[in-house]
Amino acid sequence: MLKYLEQELQSKRTPQLMAIVENVSRRGVLGGLLTSTGLVLAINVTPTAAREALKPYPTGGDTMPNKTVSDPRIFIAIDADGTVTIASHRAEMGTGITTGLPMVVADEMEADWSRVRIMQTQADEPKYGNQDTDGSRSMRHFIQPMRQCGASMRQMLETAAAAKWGVDPSLCRAKNHTVILLDKDKKDTGKSLGFGELAAAAIALPVPAQETLQYKSPNEFKIIGKGTVPTHNLHNITTGKAVYGADIRLPGMKFAVIARPPVLGGKHTKFDAEAAKKVPGVEAVIELEGVYAVPRKFGILGGIAVIANSTYAAMQGRDALNVEWDSGPNKDYDSVAYDKEMTATAAQPGKVIRNQGDPDKAFAEAAQVFTADYHAQHLSQASMEPLVAVAQIVDGHCEVWAPAQSPFGARGDVAAALKLPIEKVTLNMTLLGGGFGRKSKSDYVVEAALLSQKLEGKPVLVQWSREDDMRNGFYHTVSVERVEMAINDKGKVTGWRHRSVAPSILSTFAEDSGYQFFIEHGMGFVNMPFDIPNVRCENGKALAKTRIGWLRSVSNIPRVFATQSAVCEVAHKLGRDPKDFLLELIGPDRKLDPKALGFPEDYWHYGDPYEEYPLDTARFKNVIRVAAEKAGWGKKLPKGEGLGIAAHCAWQSYVATIVHVAMDSDGTVRVPEVNTVVDCGLYVNADRIRSQTEGAAVMGMSNTLYSGITFKDGAVEQSNFSDYQVTRMSNYPKKVNVHIIEPGPGARASGIGEPVLPPFHAALANAIFAATDKRVRSMPMGEKLERA
Amino acid sequence: MATVTINGKEHSFDGDPNMPLMWFIRDVAGLTGTKYGCGTGLCGSCTIHVDGVALRSCQTTMSEAAGKAVTTIEGLSADGNHPVQKAWREVNVPQCGFCQAGQIMQAAALLSKNKAPSDAEIVSEMAGNICRCGCYQRIHDAVRLAAGGV
Repeated sequence: MLKYLEQELQSKRTPQLMAIVENVSRRGVLGGLLTSTGLVLAINVTPTAAREALKPYPTGGDTMPNKTVSDPRIFIAIDADGTVTIASHRAEMGTGITTGLPMVVADEMEADWSRVRIMQTQADEPKYGNQDTDGSRSMRHFIQPMRQCGASMRQMLETAAAAKWGVDPSLCRAKNHTVILLDKDKKDTGKSLGFGELAAAAIALPVPAQETLQYKSPNEFKIIGKGTVPTHNLHNITTGKAVYGADIRLPGMKFAVIARPPVLGGKHTKFDAEAAKKVPGVEAVIELEGVYAVPRKFGILGGIAVIANSTYAAMQGRDALNVEWDSGPNKDYDSVAYDKEMTATAAQPGKVIRNQGDPDKAFAEAAQVFTADYHAQHLSQASMEPLVAVAQIVDGHCEVWAPAQSPFGARGDVAAALKLPIEKVTLNMTLLGGGFGRKSKSDYVVEAALLSQKLEGKPVLVQWSREDDMRNGFYHTVSVERVEMAINDKGKVTGWRHRSVAPSILSTFAEDSGYQFFIEHGMGFVNMPFDIPNVRCENGKALAKTRIGWLRSVSNIPRVFATQSAVCEVAHKLGRDPKDFLLELIGPDRKLDPKALGFPEDYWHYGDPYEEYPLDTARFKNVIRVAAEKAGWGKKLPKGEGLGIAAHCAWQSYVATIVHVAMDSDGTVRVPEVNTVVDCGLYVNADRIRSQTEGAAVMGMSNTLYSGITFKDGAVEQSNFSDYQVTRMSNYPKKVNVHIIEPGPGARASGIGEPVLPPFHAALANAIFAATDKRVRSMPMGEKLERA
Repeated sequence: MATVTINGKEHSFDGDPNMPLMWFIRDVAGLTGTKYGCGTGLCGSCTIHVDGVALRSCQTTMSEAAGKAVTTIEGLSADGNHPVQKAWREVNVPQCGFCQAGQIMQAAALLSKNKAPSDAEIVSEMAGNICRCGCYQRIHDAVRLAAGGV
């Protein structure tokens, strides 16, 4: 059962990659598919000089830890038989990125996709560049380095062919896994050499200087943006062979579960180790010290671990522990009381984060003022795969297997916890059974490493139960967002005031001030793009009483729910069409000037340089108009049905969603159709953009209607999918139509996984209003709405 | 000593008769395609067939499984080309893929007893299987597609 290790041994074929073979792409299948659907463009042998070169541009990838790497020798290997192996260094949690980035490399180097295999790397940022697979940044930050890898390798292959033929490299052109020889008129001579024949010579050549690279122009792409490319692990997933964190099996491996304090900062006072050890199969009971002191970062919660010969025995042993807890400093956390406190805070002026014009005057002089508070509960990421990790220590070297979104971060945290240099820790990246931000935190990985250390290096798998996962999480924040608009006697919005009150993620990293920080401010708050002359964004104080963490789309969820609900509410108040009113608020086509609009000095633009990705109202309005057209906005619907619209720009992408709601007679909200328009710039795998967007509708429905984490006496009240409900097949958004805007010249790749989610919540709320005249300002709204 | 047959192979077992079959399949038999998602029969990630019927292996004890023939995702078809598996690939259903073995086993059981399920029957049969990535639209399409080929 050493399947993972066996795969690693196979990978010795390509030692320069030092990686684990994750899979082999299904040779022949894809080539056939692309050909049969007629999506392969005729290969256009344009003279090199006529190519429209990619003009490299800076991204936030340059400021991430360990930046980006674009050395083709790190990412590409070519075997003598012509097999091209492309390393994928990002984590795969379902976005398809471990297929998407290799597609970029393969296209740029003219590889035949059916002869490409993909290898998952280990956690090694100095070698591969940043590996934090969150923040919708994989394609945004790595499309250029991957194009550089591909273009470099293409030129190396052409140079190698030129040497073999004794001709000038300008007469050699890579084409479909071969290099062809051109005559002086740049016509194909019919002579060619395969990539396999050229591999040894090409890989020995120096890597071309970046400024000499010739990139493909978009009309030469054969894989990027062309048709549907199945993910490379599809076959393994459908046959049960795909390897996730809990699927690692090592000789002599032990299984562990941990009783963790139910309240953050709590500690066990009493437990019955002997009773646990009496359970057949239980081998040891180990206490773990929790980390509560600031900055606790992703520190483990501590508790009592039960080690056994099966997960079942470990769980039985844990049940027998009969632990008593001292709840500690957060024992009074109560979600009902906390919501009241936040609501009171939102009614008072807060810390001013953005100020433009004179909002006080605008509100004082307004003919009418709109005010509404929007509430959202904590959420749990609730990936289908509960947290899990495996570790062993052999001769002072710790080897870890984990489904980690931040694999190199986790590796560093393991090294620190074990007091080992990072070189003495290896982290193998398994597939993630979902992540949604939770698996960016390393506590579960460190637990496995510490337990292995306490077991003299024995391999140990730490399995979190579903209840552990739900009750000991890093939760999406809880919030009250107050949105106010000043409206003059002509029905124009002259003032905008938004007060955001929510405990901050920063509380994990530093002493909690109760105020949010620049990253949270940048998510649908201070970058409100409306053409309103007087704007103030204020942040009210809210101290964190549990661990606050990232969840797909992060602060955009409550902010966009609030702001885009408010727009629809005011449109209704003014007797305006919500779509027209939204377009009017956005105003004329322009690129926003953050300085002139009073954005804060530390304005965070998803980590990217603003001038490279300025907020563009023309693109924003375009997605809204296209959505309206695709959804048949304005069409007459039967009673009890309605359309709702919402739009947002985040992670440099522009998204508009129109939800069609049809109410059941018993108050069940049904969604027969969703139309989402996505402008994410240059895109690579349209099918994965569609799948992310379809999934966002499902998750958006969960967040809006069903899912909420609440606390009482400091502890989470929910336990499993019985009381933390998520969207099921019985009521899912039936038909999600995804419309991708074709990239314009020079378009830059931007985010997908997260930006497609935030508009859904408000679009659904607005559709419910259109269908029922009922305005719901709190998420989750509940499984059934009262009859309108 | 009880025996349980998994994918045609007999396993003997003399442990706790209340041990859920799921943990036996994963930790003892070493077949990791069957997933632990909730442990309480709420998510369907651990769905297997017992004598051809789809069951949650986390809710099936070893004593209940004794003497029965169990099929896991690894044993659904020898070459991985069960019509449901093929349909899943044709539609590119999975995102993270974690729940998909359970989804496929559930769909295969449905189609073995009902060759042409209605949309309502598909929804009702598949509603116990959660997909947090939200692949339901494609799962629904893939079940429809597979229905022709079972």
